Amino acid sequence: MTEAPFEVKTLEIDGREVSARRGQTILEVAREHDINIPTLCQMEGLSNVGACRLCLVEIKGSNKLLPACVATVSEGMVVSTNTERLQKHRHNILELLFAERNHVCSVCVSNGHCELQSMAQDQGLTHVRMPYRNPNLPVDASHERFTVDHNRCILCTRCVRVCGEIEGAHVWDIMGRGIDSIVITDLHEDWGESSCTRCGKCVQVCPTGALFDKSKIGSDHPKYPDFLPYLNLMREAR
Amino acid sequence: MSSKLKLATVWLDGCSGCHMSFLDMDERLLELAELVDVVYSPVVDAKEFPDNVDIALVEGAVASVDDEKKIRKIRAHSKMLIAMGDCAITGNVPSMRNPIGAEAILNRAYIENATIQPQIPCVVVPELLKVVKPIHEFVKVDVFLPGCPPSADTFHAALTALITGEPLDIPSLTRFGA
Repeated sequence: MTEAPFEVKTLEIDGREVSARRGQTILEVAREHDINIPTLCQMEGLSNVGACRLCLVEIKGSNKLLPACVATVSEGMVVSTNTERLQKHRHNILELLFAERNHVCSVCVSNGHCELQSMAQDQGLTHVRMPYRNPNLPVDASHERFTVDHNRCILCTRCVRVCGEIEGAHVWDIMGRGIDSIVITDLHEDWGESSCTRCGKCVQVCPTGALFDKSKIGSDHPKYPDFLPYLNLMREAR
Repeated sequence: MSSKLKLATVWLDGCSGCHMSFLDMDERLLELAELVDVVYSPVVDAKEFPDNVDIALVEGAVASVDDEKKIRKIRAHSKMLIAMGDCAITGNVPSMRNPIGAEAILNRAYIENATIQPQIPCVVVPELLKVVKPIHEFVKVDVFLPGCPPSADTFHAALTALITGEPLDIPSLTRFGA
């Protein structure tokens, strides 16, 4: 028997009964119902990779926490998005992100416009309990228009995805494993020497000050990722 | 007089911006002075950190052997220790030397860039720690007040709440880099 394309699933999120279409993610359904699940790597218009783990949710009857951005709904699912256990994990994740590299908000171009910074505030983070790692990381300013400061990168891979999926250039990628991972351009060439098309999409979707526009000074550096769903919509309409 | 709380403010490795912002409370400082006596601070003439301090506000990271000695003494002599600003809480700008190390910084400042008598200072000035750290890596901190600096309004709201015992929601007041 083939399933209908718009088969409806009924599930519960935070005590609310909601309906969803088969194949929708928990995050999509939650957002349709104004239930806020925090995310950092997720971005409207890009594929979902479940990298940051902030969107982990609890499913009744399962010990495993699922990333809401990639976990799809099923009939009768009972989802909790904001339990004490999840809050604890989100706190830990954010603290680990801050401890892992050198995030110095006060001197960052994205101070006041940073998704990591505002997420920390939203989640009530006032300090980091883990010791800072203080890694010695490079800054690549070889590009005519943009700079990548690895000290501020949280490895969300939005730049990698927007370059591959939307611009179609696939200049960005990840090199190394685990804590040694780093975003690279081409085969780890300088950004300025790479096959970059200079479109700037990666800069606009970067949640922190890791990728920034050289023409902006100080902390006056808001980003405009809203172009992305709009661009996708226009492409679909064509 | 004796019913007033004893308040101390301390300046470790920071730029004094937190203290400037504290002073930006302006006329509200008079209100505060009704509730507390400032017993130790860069703005009062006391040489030794006193005993039985009720509230200690600490600006700056721990960057030298002297800072470390001070923060341990402050903790031992204070009922409530408040980490004031990003340097005290995260290391902030002073900690930007950590990836390259204290030695490289000293060499750069006192040898490579010196035009006369290149030498690394070693008398009177305290020895630098290898790594600059937030104060909570040395002692227990009771309240974290992030910001670079925390605003005068943040200081006023937080101190008022702490003195009167009212609830205090810090993330609604300030954040890292604020």
